[in-house]
Amino acid sequence: MNLFITFGRILKNGLNNFLRNITLAVAAIAVMAITLTTILILIITNASLNNTIGQINNKIDISVYLKDSITPAQTTTLLTQLRDMHEVKSVKYISKNQALALYEDENAGNKTIQSATEALGINPIPATINITPVTPSQLSQIKQFLNEPDTVALQAANSSYSGALQTAIDKIAKTTRLLKEAGFISIIIFGTTSVLIIFNTIRMTIFNRRDEIQTMRLLGAGTWFIKGPYVVENIIYGLISATISLTFVEIMFTTVSNNLQASTFGLLSISYSEYYFKHNFVSLLFIIVGLGIIIGAGSAFIATRRYLKYKTRK
Amino acid sequence: MIVLDRVTKTYSDKSIALKKVSLRIDPKEFVIIIGKSGAGKTTLLRLLTREERQTSGKIVVGGIDYDKLKDRNIPMLRRRIGVVFQDFKLLPNRTVYENVAFALEMVGKTNAQIKKTVPRVLSIVDLKGKEKSMPSQLSGGERQRVAIARAIARQPKILIADEPTGNLDPKNAWDIIKVLEKINKYGTTVVLTTHNQEIVNKIRRRVVTLKDGQIVGDHAKSEYKHT
Repeated sequence: MNLFITFGRILKNGLNNFLRNITLAVAAIAVMAITLTTILILIITNASLNNTIGQINNKIDISVYLKDSITPAQTTTLLTQLRDMHEVKSVKYISKNQALALYEDENAGNKTIQSATEALGINPIPATINITPVTPSQLSQIKQFLNEPDTVALQAANSSYSGALQTAIDKIAKTTRLLKEAGFISIIIFGTTSVLIIFNTIRMTIFNRRDEIQTMRLLGAGTWFIKGPYVVENIIYGLISATISLTFVEIMFTTVSNNLQASTFGLLSISYSEYYFKHNFVSLLFIIVGLGIIIGAGSAFIATRRYLKYKTRK
Repeated sequence: MIVLDRVTKTYSDKSIALKKVSLRIDPKEFVIIIGKSGAGKTTLLRLLTREERQTSGKIVVGGIDYDKLKDRNIPMLRRRIGVVFQDFKLLPNRTVYENVAFALEMVGKTNAQIKKTVPRVLSIVDLKGKEKSMPSQLSGGERQRVAIARAIARQPKILIADEPTGNLDPKNAWDIIKVLEKINKYGTTVVLTTHNQEIVNKIRRRVVTLKDGQIVGDHAKSEYKHT
C-alpha cells in the first residue's frame, strides 16, 4: 500500500470529519479553548507571582557588623567563606567610611544625629557585610555559620537577622514559600483538571461516533486508517482552541489591563504579566499550541482504542 | 470454500448460540440460512467475519484457519469477505460515492482505480445518479443497495448478507435479492440469512435450517419445500 496515498487520505478524511461534524466541533473547541486559556492564565499568573516573590526576596538580607580591630586579611577570608556558601546569592562589603557616608545620607535631615557624630570625633559606624541569601528560608543556615565561635569573634554586634526582625523575616520567608508552593500546586491541579476535561469532551464526541468506528473495523479498515482521521480532527480542534486562547489573552491585556490590576488587590503586577506574555509569546505559543495538539491527538488516540478492540475471547 | 467443523459458540452468560455445527459451502454457491430469531443465524455469520470467536470447533474460510488467525490479520480477512448488514451500517457523514470508495481507499487503491470502480458497482446495484446523496437522503432499499455496492467494490470471493431484507418492504426486499443473485452469477459465493419464507421459496437455492443452535436441515435448491 502506498503510504503517501494512505497518509493523504487520513488528512483528507480528518478535515472532512471536522467540516461535517461542525456542531460537535464547535462544542469541543469551546471547551478546549476555555481550558487552554485557564492553563495560559495560570502560567502567566504563576510567573507574575514568582516575580513579586523574587522582588520581596531580593530585599531580604543580613547585615554583619565587623569589629574595628579585624585585619584586612581576616575580612577577606570571611568574605571568601561567605561567597563559597551555596545558600548565599551575593555578598557586599561596606567599609567603615562607606557605612558612615551611607548613615549620614540616610539621616541627612536629622540635625541631632549629624551633630552627635561630629561631636564624637571618630567614626562610630562599623564596617558591614550585606549578605543576600538565595532564598529567605536559607537565612537560618547563614546565621548558623555566623554564630560559629570563630566568626562571632569578628563581629561587633549581633547581625541584623536577630530578634524581632528575624521573626518578621522568617514570616515573610514562610509566606513567600507557601505562595510559591500554592502556585505550583494550582498549576498541577488546574492543569490535570483541564487535561481531564478536554479528554472527556473528546471522548464524548468519539462516543457519539462509535458505530462509525466499529463499522469501519467490520469492513476491514486498519487501525491507523480508522484512528488517523480522528487524531487529525482533534489536532485541528487543538490548533483552533490554542489560537482562540492566545488571542483572548492578548485582547484581555490590551483592553482591560487597568481593571485587572485593581482586581488583584496589588498582589500581582499586571504590567509584569503583560510584559511576561509579550516577552515570552513564542514560548507560550509553543506551550499552548503544543498542549492543544498533544491533548487533542492523545485523547483521540486513547478514546478510539476501546472501539477498535477485537473480541478474541473464546 | 467455507468450512465449519463441529463449531460451538457459548457466550459468557453460559447461553449456547451454536452447538457442534458442521457446514461446508463451496465456491460460487448461493446458500440461504434460515431459522427463527435466536436460532443462531447471526452468530454463525459473526463467527465467519470474526466479530466473535468460536468456543470450540474449527473454521476455515478461503484457506484461512481461524484458530491460527492473529488479531493483526483480521482486517486482511475482512477485506476478502464482503458483508451486508440488516441495519446497513453506512458511514452517515459520507456521500454514497464516498461510502463505496471507503472500501477501496482503505486497501490503498489509487484515485484512478476508485473513479473507475465506484460508478461501475453503483450501476450494478442500480444507483447511478445518487453518488452525491447522503445516506439520510435515501430510502431503506437504496441504503441497502449502497451497502451491497460497498461490499462488492473489492470483488470479494465471499459475500455475507445478514438479514439484508429485514428492514425493507417486499418490493425493495425482492430487488435486493435480485442484486445478490446477479453478484452470485459473477462468481461470488453468497451466504444469506433470512426469515422471509417467500424469498426462500421463490429463489430456490440451497437452504440450511438452524434451530436452537443446531443444523436441522440442509436441502439442495430443488429439494427444499416449506409447508
